[in-house]
Amino acid sequence: MKKNIVMVCLLLGLAAALGADSTVLLNGAGATFPNPMYSKWFDTYHQLHPNIQVNYQSIGSGGGIRQVLAGTVDFGASDGPMTDEQIAEFKKQRGMDILHFPTVLGADVPSYNIQGVATDLKFTQKALAGIYLGTITQWNDPEIAKANPGVNLPAADIVVVHRSDGSGTTYIWTDFLSKASDDWKNKVGKNTSVNWPVGLGGKGNEGVSGLVKQTPNSIGYIELIYAVQNNISYGEVQNAAGKFIKADLASVTAAAASSKDMPEDFRVSITNAPGPAAYPVSSFTWLLIPGKIPDAAKRDAIKGFLNWMITDGQKYTEGLSYAQLPKPVVAKEKKAISLIQ
Amino acid sequence: MSRLHLLWRKSLNILMLTLTGVAALLVVSVLFLILGCLLWNGGKSLNLSFFTQLPKPVGESGGGMANAIVGSLKLLLLAAVLGLPVGLLAGVYLAEFGGKTFSFVIRYTTDILNGVPSVVIGIFAYTLAVLPVKHFSTFAGGVALGVMAIPITVRSTEEFLRAVPGTLREGAMALGASKWRTIATVVLPAAKGGIITGMLLALARVAGETAPLLFTALGNQFWSPGWSQPTASLPTVIYAYALSAYDDWHRQAWAAGLVLLALVLVANVGTRLALSRGGAARGV
Amino acid sequence: MSATATIIAATAPPEAGPRAFIRRLRHGDEVAHLVTFIFAASILLLTSMLVYELWVTSHLSRAKFGWSFLATRIWDPVFENFGALPYIYGTLVTSAIALIIAVPLGLAAATFLAELAPRRISDGVAFLIDLLAAVPSVIYGLLGIFVVVPLMRTVIGPALKNSLGFLPFFKGPNYGVGFLTAGIVLSIMVVPFIISVSREVLLTVPRDQREAALALGATRWEATWKVVIPWARAGIAGSVFLALARALGETMAVTMVIGNATAISASLFSPGDTIAATIASQFTEATGDLYLSALVELGLVLFLITFILNGLARLLILVTERGGQRG
Repeated sequence: MKKNIVMVCLLLGLAAALGADSTVLLNGAGATFPNPMYSKWFDTYHQLHPNIQVNYQSIGSGGGIRQVLAGTVDFGASDGPMTDEQIAEFKKQRGMDILHFPTVLGADVPSYNIQGVATDLKFTQKALAGIYLGTITQWNDPEIAKANPGVNLPAADIVVVHRSDGSGTTYIWTDFLSKASDDWKNKVGKNTSVNWPVGLGGKGNEGVSGLVKQTPNSIGYIELIYAVQNNISYGEVQNAAGKFIKADLASVTAAAASSKDMPEDFRVSITNAPGPAAYPVSSFTWLLIPGKIPDAAKRDAIKGFLNWMITDGQKYTEGLSYAQLPKPVVAKEKKAISLIQ
Repeated sequence: MSRLHLLWRKSLNILMLTLTGVAALLVVSVLFLILGCLLWNGGKSLNLSFFTQLPKPVGESGGGMANAIVGSLKLLLLAAVLGLPVGLLAGVYLAEFGGKTFSFVIRYTTDILNGVPSVVIGIFAYTLAVLPVKHFSTFAGGVALGVMAIPITVRSTEEFLRAVPGTLREGAMALGASKWRTIATVVLPAAKGGIITGMLLALARVAGETAPLLFTALGNQFWSPGWSQPTASLPTVIYAYALSAYDDWHRQAWAAGLVLLALVLVANVGTRLALSRGGAARGV
Repeated sequence: MSATATIIAATAPPEAGPRAFIRRLRHGDEVAHLVTFIFAASILLLTSMLVYELWVTSHLSRAKFGWSFLATRIWDPVFENFGALPYIYGTLVTSAIALIIAVPLGLAAATFLAELAPRRISDGVAFLIDLLAAVPSVIYGLLGIFVVVPLMRTVIGPALKNSLGFLPFFKGPNYGVGFLTAGIVLSIMVVPFIISVSREVLLTVPRDQREAALALGATRWEATWKVVIPWARAGIAGSVFLALARALGETMAVTMVIGNATAISASLFSPGDTIAATIASQFTEATGDLYLSALVELGLVLFLITFILNGLARLLILVTERGGQRG
């Protein structure tokens, strides 16, 4: 009996000791929008630098903002930039700035699962706003039908799917809808979590994709790669210039290029960007890094990763359908990385 | 009493009694359906890599749940270390030492704690073990699970201690043993089978808990060294994978579900069989 | 004589003698008493801390919304207006569905096990049913998503619509996820509690009650339904309360099949949410202190409801057992 106790204690001690080697462990949490990208990046980076382990948990942008504010993670991630109030709150609680670092460009696509429709549907801005407001309830509604002549749309109820958790993907989508429809802007607004007029909730991009894939006649907004990886149909969206554009690397890059200059703190919205080739529901996504990191090993690891991410890391984006950061943004970021203390 | 009325009553009798039998059969068959479903879907996906590999990046197929399995084991170990001694000694107090009012208060409080929904325990553990140290951790997860294991352990310990015949205690005291000595060397060993059963059942119960871990242990793509880092665990991974759209993740969720269920059922069946054979005090 | 006394005094160890011996004995006992007392008291401490934390962290929300929190239909993180009504509704509806299915089913099965089945089969089957109670919630959720939801969408839903579609409960689109699905999954999860407690309670009904009814010419069913079950009705009610308390607190299985929408609808096919499921999905990401406080207040509400129900349940079961002893 005594021997067993000693053995257990030794094992416990060993287990604890194993954590005490020179591995740098970083914990981050946040957006599901770029999760496939981050998951690939952190895995690759770990293989390049085996002593650095970055554990990223995709719990939604709201979670990323919340947990980095509370200080329970080393960094956060969000596709909805933090508001001025949130930044002020961070400064008040943690005594330092929170820095935004764009990582990739992505797109929210309207994915759908309609029996008998295999072609790409075209959605006007009014159609999408109406669907999510609950004013357009059937797939063969004139607003949808007139943009899709010749497509056999069923007279079926539209099953609307949105996010149940605090989401940057929601932020991007509602940001777009607020620009597309005054009705939406006044009734619902834009945020990581809103009071949805209709629909089912899915947890994360993963959950929404799951629901859309399994529920006939459904529509849900998800990041492009989720639609691609799961073979879910997604439609074209009408942009500010009136053209119907499908989300892809070119159209997302066009949206980033034609938007106004990138501000110093990198918080910018590129939804409904001008230009004939721009995909209207594009967005940057950001890593949220505290301005001061007291642990030197962690600080160096984060800075090292960020430098890798904006250079070599960008090579991996296109394979996962995310667009690379524009060159001017990269240059600006390089300078901003040195601001981390 | 008319013949027809009697016939009616007799038919109703047979009908209702048959229905009750059908009901019992239905409920039992649900259990086998669950088992069958998991064996069928999960069995297909269980292979060596499931147990030995780490998860692959999102969207890539393959990989396994080695870190989740180890994570669950570590959490259970912590729950055992933190929760079981409290449950055991509190049970001893209630059975052997307790005064009337205070015992009533403790029992009532234990009942309250037992009835607290697991998600509320999660909130509690977050404020207790995550916020103060600004860290999601295996330890915080262990705290949540340990707290949940306490009420079950208290109840079963007390029950089995009470079931030990008074004659054993009196015999020991007549031989000059002090009270604590009696408890330690006579009563506890006599109730040992039942108490260990209660502990194992408590652990089996918390092994499947998910909600509290979402706010405490969070999750981890990699191995979680030590006790102060977030960790993956079987239930949280099942939850995340089941909700997704990736077929590969669904496959793995089934397999993980099978492993988790096997663990829980083996603990439940095994301990109860051992208990009934060991001839210790009857039923929990 | 003095030589013997000296020898005894010389060879006896120091601190010997009856009084010192008893002192040492009691000392050990006191320590044991103290140690176990501390651990028992720690449970009291833990539970108090839990309630305290819930109370304090929900302060912001309670101060802002007061009692109207329970009556407001809106849950709006953007405009920071939070109301618990949709989640209270969802919790009550899913639990009601669960009980409507589980109580008749469970009571019937318990009756079979207590009255009709031979003791060994009864014990064996009761054991198997207890195993159902041991299955983790997330596994019920897994089965819910991949088995019950498609079944609801393709078989059960259309069948209900065809037969009972005129009722407001079965109007509206059928997504597969929703209140009804969650209620069905919950019913499977709580039926073991009803069976196990009801069976125990039915077994305590005194034999002479049953025999008296049979002697008066009742059929077995009539004796069971009109004499035995009414005798045990307090305990059975207790089992129902226990099952209800369990259903209210269920998190994972529900959140995976209920559709996660903030909706109050008469239609059982509608997606919705429960208190527990809402806390689980939104807790780690409640940006803003008021949001977090509102979620914790939800937790407080849930805690209070389950607290009262569990108390009632225990009381009812106690009443039946005492009644049985008296009879």
